[in-house]
Amino acid sequence: MVVGKMKLTFQKRVKLAQYLWMLSWFATLGGAVTFTLGCFLKTELRRRGEVMDNTDIHCVPNTLMIVGLASMGINYFASRICQDALDPGRFPRWKTFLKPFFGCSVFFTTLMLISVILSYAMKGSLETSLKIGLKNGIRFYKDTDTPGRCFQKQTIDRLQMEFQCCGNSNYKDWFEVQWISNRYLDFSSKEVKDRIKSNVDGRYLIDGVPFSCCNPSSPRPCIQYRITNNTAHYNYEHQTEELNLFIRGCREALVYYYMGLMNTIGAVVLSVFLLQCSVLASVRLLQTSMEAVAGQENVEVDSEGYLLEKGVKETFMEYVDPVLKLLWMNQPGPLQTTEHTVTWFLCFRLHSGTPRPHTGLKSISIIKY
Amino acid sequence: MAVLPIKFTKTKRDKLAQVLWVLNWISVVTGIILFSLGIFLKVEINKRQDLMAMSQLQSVPNMLIAVGLIACVINFLGGKICYDCVDTNKFLRWKLVMLPYIICTFFFTLSVLVGALMCYSMHGQLEEALTLGLRDAMRYYKDTDTPGRCFLKRTVDQLQIQFQCCGNEGYRDWFQIQWVSNRYLDMSQREVVDRLRSNVEGKYLMDGVPFSCCNVNSPRPCIQYQITNNSAHFNYDFHTEELNLWMKGCRQALRDYYTNIMHSVGLTVLIIWLFELSVLTGVRYLQTSLENVLRQGDPECESDGWLLENSFVETARSNFNIIKHLGKFNQINISSNGDPNIDKPPTAHYGPDNVPPKPLPMAS
Repeated sequence: MVVGKMKLTFQKRVKLAQYLWMLSWFATLGGAVTFTLGCFLKTELRRRGEVMDNTDIHCVPNTLMIVGLASMGINYFASRICQDALDPGRFPRWKTFLKPFFGCSVFFTTLMLISVILSYAMKGSLETSLKIGLKNGIRFYKDTDTPGRCFQKQTIDRLQMEFQCCGNSNYKDWFEVQWISNRYLDFSSKEVKDRIKSNVDGRYLIDGVPFSCCNPSSPRPCIQYRITNNTAHYNYEHQTEELNLFIRGCREALVYYYMGLMNTIGAVVLSVFLLQCSVLASVRLLQTSMEAVAGQENVEVDSEGYLLEKGVKETFMEYVDPVLKLLWMNQPGPLQTTEHTVTWFLCFRLHSGTPRPHTGLKSISIIKY
Repeated sequence: MAVLPIKFTKTKRDKLAQVLWVLNWISVVTGIILFSLGIFLKVEINKRQDLMAMSQLQSVPNMLIAVGLIACVINFLGGKICYDCVDTNKFLRWKLVMLPYIICTFFFTLSVLVGALMCYSMHGQLEEALTLGLRDAMRYYKDTDTPGRCFLKRTVDQLQIQFQCCGNEGYRDWFQIQWVSNRYLDMSQREVVDRLRSNVEGKYLMDGVPFSCCNVNSPRPCIQYQITNNSAHFNYDFHTEELNLWMKGCRQALRDYYTNIMHSVGLTVLIIWLFELSVLTGVRYLQTSLENVLRQGDPECESDGWLLENSFVETARSNFNIIKHLGKFNQINISSNGDPNIDKPPTAHYGPDNVPPKPLPMAS
């Protein structure tokens, strides 16, 4: 069953080749834009890398960069193919190249779509990573004399001022952590001794926040110590006071910022994806219609172009089997290789239910036959 | 004796015209660059309008904007003229316009130079504007309830955070003004009343600074109150403490920032001025060589191009004479009683010997 059959006159073929050539150059530009956006996102993520616990989120910009480069290559070849398509002398030399070309192109185009989906799906992972990273940052705020942590204070202060946020979820996170180093506490003073005795871990906890939580838009000078004590300050009530400190938590601020970035990038990459799909479909149509007139005396006849010769499933099997053969190396027949693959996927799913990270491939070698 | 003459063949002239056409279009782009530099400078100065007392600072960006626009127009016209100069016939159209155009462009490039020099000479005005502006801003820091001044606190705080500076010349400037509003002072407390009584004007002065003076790089939490009191804080000596607050004054920080911008802009304008001058020189050479072609009559011949036909002194003298006689064109010649029809002695030149030809014999 042929998919996407279309009759093309000679004039239509010529026009298709011309538009395709221009479209493929636009798509190359789109690929370059995707690569640049991937680089930009990676730089932005690395800038705040100190408050992130893991680098899982980096898979999004990495994928974007790979896809951008691949897209530039694919579209360059697409433009060369359509340049040669109308010339019956030069077209046959692309014959052997076309099957792997289409295989790779479909793979990378699907990867582009996956990267867009990933950028939305990784929100949870980003949030968790930021939660742990910020918690550590706040905990090590006072350790400006410990090597490896001496710049945590600077990082957190700059972060809070730039993103106009305070603490992890809100400013009360600072009340649970000792953020003043023992070097600056006078242990002979009664107040310090009382505070240290007041909790199990012997930490100096206060209802105060660092200066970087102060809101410049506040009409009164910043109140950063004894925040919950209404009597300590004249004409002050901490329940109704909203402008004194930053209300938002830094985790929320950072997630909002990065999601905004990824949404914009996702929209741009989606349009590049659509452009790429149209380029590929047009190249396929042009190729099949030119193949139909190949070898004939009169090349100006009408011909039929199609997208897929067989159905979707069969074409998929046809492309995937050689790849799997390469991977398994000693397996018989294409259909049986595919059956093994299906079994592999099922087993992987069963085993991924249990929390054992890297055993997927190992369990396959036991199960495969 | 011509100034800097160059011989031009026909192909050289055509090439010159084409090159000048391209250069004129590049000059249009540089005119746009000048315009955008002027706009950028205007935006930068207006951003900190609250901190600068109104002064002549606005003249520099305005000048650049005007010069940029005029440059675009002049160079667009120049491009059109040079495009037509390849063909000698079309040059006749522009013949009368070209000399006034060159003179205008010459004076215009002088104004570009003036614009560049203004960028470099703004120091004094800038310093004065910043001193007065910052002093007033700090004085009105506490007036967040007075209309017209309610955002001054935020402006000053954001300035001190962004430029990493404190006060006008240093953090001590904050000790001399009351920056805590009376609304937040508990007048019933003894400490407050003591402080108010301690000076003539009844201001609440303290040795403390706003939070925006705090240095991010300090290893210890910021000490912003009782700064000069060593015993108020553990392990603290304010004489040796350098990392606690920002040490630089905001006047110096802003002055350095604006001086950098001005110098970069001034350098760019100077380069553009040199470029414009070279384009003008090319157009002058083109004009003189084409006029010489017309004088000689043959469009394919070689011709000389020069900057000035005679030396500087002679040209200046002849121009001065023209200007002198310009005022005399409506004066009447009294020697012939104002009647222009009276026979005047011949003043024609008859070659180098100046011997008039013999009168022709008349047929009788």
